[in-house]
Amino acid sequence: MDALDAATLGRDRGGPAQPLLSVRGMVKHFGGRRSWGGRGIRGAVHAVDGVSFDVAKGQTLGIVGESGCGKSTLARLIMQIIPADAGEFLFDGEVVGAHALDLVAYRREVQMVFQDSYASLNPRLTVEETVAFAPRVHGLSRRAAIARAHDLIFRVGLDPKRFAARYPHELSGGQRQRVNIARALALQPRLVILDEAVSALDKSVEAQVLNLLIDLKSEFGLTYIFISHDLNVVRFMSDRVLVMYLGKVVELGPSEVLLAAPRHPYTMALLASMPSMDPDRRITEPPLFGDPPSPIDPPSGCRFYTRCKFAAPVCAATEPVLAEIAPAHRAACFLAAAGSGHPQAGPIA
Amino acid sequence: MSADEIVDVEGLTVDFLGGAKPLRAVAGVDLTLRRGETLALLGESGSGKSVTLRALMRLLPERRAIIGGRLRVDGQDVRVLSDRDLSAYRGRTIAMIFQEPGLALDPVYRLGDQIAEAVMRHDGVSRRAGRARALELFERVRIPSAAQRLDNYAHEMSGGMRQRAMIALALACRPKVLLADEPTTALDATVQIQVLLLLRELQRELGLAVIFVTHDVGVAIEIADQIAVMYAGRIVETGGCRDVIRAPAHPYTAGLLASRTGRASSVGARLPVIPGAPPDMENLPPGCAFAPRCKHTQSLCERGDPPDVSVGPGHRARCFLLSAAAGPGSAFKGN
Amino acid sequence: MTKTWMAGTSPAMTVEKIVPARRIGRGYWAGVGRRLLRDPVALAAALVIIVIVFAALLAPWLGLADPYRASMLRRLRPISDAVYRLGSDELGRDMLSRLVYGGRLSLLMGVLPVVFAFFAGSAIGILAGFVGGRVNTAIMRTVDVFYAFPSVLLAIALSGALGAGIFNAIVSLTIVFIPPIARVAESVTTQIRTRDYVEAARISGAGPLAIIRVHVLGNVLGPIFVYASSLISVSMILASGLSFLGLGSKPPEPEWGLMLNTLRTAIYVQPLVAALPGAMIFITSIAFNLLSDGLRSAMEVK
Repeated sequence: MDALDAATLGRDRGGPAQPLLSVRGMVKHFGGRRSWGGRGIRGAVHAVDGVSFDVAKGQTLGIVGESGCGKSTLARLIMQIIPADAGEFLFDGEVVGAHALDLVAYRREVQMVFQDSYASLNPRLTVEETVAFAPRVHGLSRRAAIARAHDLIFRVGLDPKRFAARYPHELSGGQRQRVNIARALALQPRLVILDEAVSALDKSVEAQVLNLLIDLKSEFGLTYIFISHDLNVVRFMSDRVLVMYLGKVVELGPSEVLLAAPRHPYTMALLASMPSMDPDRRITEPPLFGDPPSPIDPPSGCRFYTRCKFAAPVCAATEPVLAEIAPAHRAACFLAAAGSGHPQAGPIA
Repeated sequence: MSADEIVDVEGLTVDFLGGAKPLRAVAGVDLTLRRGETLALLGESGSGKSVTLRALMRLLPERRAIIGGRLRVDGQDVRVLSDRDLSAYRGRTIAMIFQEPGLALDPVYRLGDQIAEAVMRHDGVSRRAGRARALELFERVRIPSAAQRLDNYAHEMSGGMRQRAMIALALACRPKVLLADEPTTALDATVQIQVLLLLRELQRELGLAVIFVTHDVGVAIEIADQIAVMYAGRIVETGGCRDVIRAPAHPYTAGLLASRTGRASSVGARLPVIPGAPPDMENLPPGCAFAPRCKHTQSLCERGDPPDVSVGPGHRARCFLLSAAAGPGSAFKGN
Repeated sequence: MTKTWMAGTSPAMTVEKIVPARRIGRGYWAGVGRRLLRDPVALAAALVIIVIVFAALLAPWLGLADPYRASMLRRLRPISDAVYRLGSDELGRDMLSRLVYGGRLSLLMGVLPVVFAFFAGSAIGILAGFVGGRVNTAIMRTVDVFYAFPSVLLAIALSGALGAGIFNAIVSLTIVFIPPIARVAESVTTQIRTRDYVEAARISGAGPLAIIRVHVLGNVLGPIFVYASSLISVSMILASGLSFLGLGSKPPEPEWGLMLNTLRTAIYVQPLVAALPGAMIFITSIAFNLLSDGLRSAMEVK
């Protein structure tokens, strides 16, 4: 047990019922110019526009969405790499940045694994030096840090004798990603954000890394936020799924329910776009036309209105609110909300 | 070669010079393709699928890459084409679309002009005729507001549109064979399915033969009539889409299909995986290249190349365990 | 029940079958060294430089004639003269010995400014590149003002202002070379700063100094060094130029540029002898150039 271990024992504050991460009203806009005539800022990219959700301890929350939906920006906001324009979040009940949980302490609790396994590793450092860097920064002696690095390298499935002294260019994509995972675990975080962590890997290697992530999660009691554009992988990994579109949450619920019976038309379209597993049941009609629109100056009303097959006048006029439509299942859609004024929505029960 | 066959490849080998010894990236590939058929070349990185494709268009560096074997497309021997004939061959007979549209679309010219130039060069018509054909193509690939889009530059379009523009450029001179090198890998799911369906439709309308390289089994299922699975520079299994997916004969194919997340039984259950990593092409093991990772390896798998065995009508695989040599006690017979 | 981190339970070992071992653990610089050794041009250049440097260093022990001993009788003898191997200059001094001794000053005035500028320019550039934003703009636009002057003009102006002399020449050349090195340093640092691994280091909670030390420096100093080494040849020529104009070293010091100046008048009498110092400048600066080219190619692989 080294010095860092002692500091991290007993960090759990609120017990199992308290969500590990609570995000409330997160907003992030990029750029934009102030326009004359008092109309505020035009041309701003609304990357994340009022996102709220909870992540329970020991769970995996999958965040899925296409380009421009804001999921990567959201990951960076949670990691505090970029500052938010508005909103707050609580980690295990404490406000991040406040006295009880300053940024340095927060960094020990939350870590991230990136998509590009090659660019995430310093080409001049060996594997063990990369993994040992963070513990060193946080005060561990060099010998203890290297020992911890070797332990982690072993736990992610690589033999330290053969891999600890290697450089990134001497590793395959899957091995590099394992090193990235070991690096993320070096500070013993409780929450790990996986930002498209398996997207760039070959499928057979992807399966290995996913298995590894599952094992590590139960071994170390981790909580994951798993971001991906691949719905199959998200379905496999997640307990709950959050679907994002143009900076907003459009649906949030348990993964089995949400993906078997989605309530938001965008989720339905995403699901229907997944290539078929059965050669006899190929897709014949694209579920959605066109490309995802740009998040610059989004229209009023529902942002999915222009591509939605169930669009109705009420959808263009007002923005739907993320409301509970079933226990623990929320959707932001007039179609799904009873009594909303959408002609196909059910009446209030 | 029957009248219908438009691509006839036999014993294709590609060796790259430049290292300590020549690197064999493709080690004996046989492919035949008929008009109007789509073949999916399924494989992971390093399997040689992209190199095979580029060999068909002679896009490999002339001095560094040595091509061997028989390579005939539309009756022409691709290996001996002169520069002038090669120029006519590319575009007229065969065309290619890439993963990154940036590779094919010149960023400093308007898209309409690029297509018009290709048409003018191959068909010898006027610029106006070229532009008219460009418009027709843009409409064919379903680019909305096609007339305005002709004057766009590549960077002014989104990913899915760029991909469609690249398809339009590829089809400009009415090729008979279309090669697609992972064209949808970088696209979002909703855009990917649109492009795949577009390709299917275009193929039906134009009678194209398509070779589609991908690492995604789902994409192969959606688009292919025939599937050829590549591993370490060889085709290890080939057959009709249904046959290969429903009854994979080669352990690698079976492993790939089993490890798909889409088939996992429940959240968090461990996936069956193929252990290890794709081999280092400079240091292939003796015998079957897949043997180190295969669950069913026997000692005979390390002696020589596995034979090409027929496991059904039009369905072949290269595996010792499928042949008589394996003996009656062999544990593996199909999946 | 949250498991603790200390348990030594056996992990999920997804078996990594044997990957053929390829040069385990050999560092990047070892690779660079190896590639350099296989480059014949770079090796030849390195050899030339080594010979010149050692000759300069060991000059007093090489049994050469006294470079200061003049003889009015034996002025401007040709090359392969009986007494003077490479001829004698306009004051009758042995050319061979003056060339070798001259190498000391010329090399010093060529290499030192680049070395000093490397440290100063890198510091400025890395700081500007890492911090970014307005600080970057302020620093780099100031650097640009100096960069706008042609180097020869700037060197002459600064030397003129500071006065003649070796020390002043070194100072003015250092100032001339700081802007280009700072530019290269800033541009490379800005590229590295946005890489994922730097972001990952930030996420680990590392402070800027630790990030610079561990992640930035190792990746940035290489390219800057290569660029700086290509400046050595320029520096030698500028230094010789300054001496030629009387702004660098003063007679009777042997220094190649100065020798070019004083032998100018002898061009019609002994053209080959008069050209010798120029040939030395040429050979040495080409050698540095070729070596730095080779270094760049060796570093580029990967």
